[in-house]
Amino acid sequence: MTVIVKKTTQLIAGIIFLYGIYIILHGHLTPGGGFAGGVILAGSFILLILAWGSDFLHLVREEQGSTLYENLAILVVLFLALSGLLAGVNVFFANWLPHGTPGELLSAGILPLYNIFVGIEVAASILTIFLALIIFKEEVLK
Amino acid sequence: MTVYLLCFILFLTGLYGVITRRNLIKIAISLSVMEFSTFLFLALVGYREGGVAPIVDTADPVKTYVDPLPQALVLTAIVIGLATTAMLMAVIIRIYRKYGTFDIREIKNLRG
Amino acid sequence: MEVAISVITIFMILGAIYAIHARDILSAVIAGGIVGYSLVICFLLLQAPDLAIVQIVVETITLIIMVAVVLDSSRVEAYSRFDRRAWITAGTAVVILLVLFWFLRAASSHLAPFGESSLRMADAYINGAVERTGSVNLVTGVVFDFRGYDTLGEATVLVTAVLGVLTILRINGKKKLT
Repeated sequence: MTVIVKKTTQLIAGIIFLYGIYIILHGHLTPGGGFAGGVILAGSFILLILAWGSDFLHLVREEQGSTLYENLAILVVLFLALSGLLAGVNVFFANWLPHGTPGELLSAGILPLYNIFVGIEVAASILTIFLALIIFKEEVLK
Repeated sequence: MTVYLLCFILFLTGLYGVITRRNLIKIAISLSVMEFSTFLFLALVGYREGGVAPIVDTADPVKTYVDPLPQALVLTAIVIGLATTAMLMAVIIRIYRKYGTFDIREIKNLRG
Repeated sequence: MEVAISVITIFMILGAIYAIHARDILSAVIAGGIVGYSLVICFLLLQAPDLAIVQIVVETITLIIMVAVVLDSSRVEAYSRFDRRAWITAGTAVVILLVLFWFLRAASSHLAPFGESSLRMADAYINGAVERTGSVNLVTGVVFDFRGYDTLGEATVLVTAVLGVLTILRINGKKKLT
């Protein structure tokens, strides 16, 4: 791609990344949540990879990292679901943290934590799929 | 009622593509068309006349809200649809590398 | 409202028919994008902003992946000419579709009319949900609190799909590139 496209994506990708984080953190207040924000986070990385080509980053290392984050995030979600047992509620998927005032950023108990970790999981999954397709293409070309 | 029938027709269009086409990528497109018609049907079932989006206004909580349950089901299903489409694409590109064609009848002939 | 959604659905059907019958695979993929992006407008009209946000990003990424696969391989459909076997297949398909359409039309007479949702659980999910979950967005409350098992299952399916992609594509292993 040309210099104009590279510079523009450099400027835009960070803003898209921030927008994804905003969508995830405000998932219990505004439309959005872990699934929407995770896909947007993956989209910012895909934009950078498409504009800059696959030479400027180490693809295999990126893929290993994203696979690791994906599996860690699903484990944390499972642990959060089980954490009600440790807190003494004895219900799977119990919302045992204090609920707070509805409409504030720090409210809804444990739901923002679910949002954050499901967002990480979705972003890492889609990025892993994309990287695997690119690596396969590179291997075929060689 | 016509909306439901049109939604069914969209589903049947996708099914027609899956049955009659021989190109693997067109079969993948038809499958995603069937998927979209299912999402549209679930969103239609949950709609209420004069309802607003299911985000509670704490100042004025008594309103007619759209049913949030079908929306929650579709929300997760869309992301799963992306993952399954990507997996289908991975299978298709593997088949193309092995046989050099997208045509399912030719692939069958090549295997003998 | 019903008229607007009907018009958009007819547009989606036309796009799907063109995508099925196009000679060029790339234009078929783009025409498939019509269906996905029209669905975004339908979601917005049906008061589902959460779904619209997800669908518009997911459709873009799907199009990127499909276009990459098509540009990497052949663009022309090998046999679009109708021979005798193709006629038999198309005839059988039309008969099956007519039978299915008859069943679906009979089943749709049991549905509530459009705009009058008759799901019994809807009121239970809406009334008092803010006090029980603390979440203002009811969809997030349903996804992570009332229906947590579903979400855990879907997340597991996502991980399994990624493992499937890695298994299918990375047969050579990671030793060669590193």
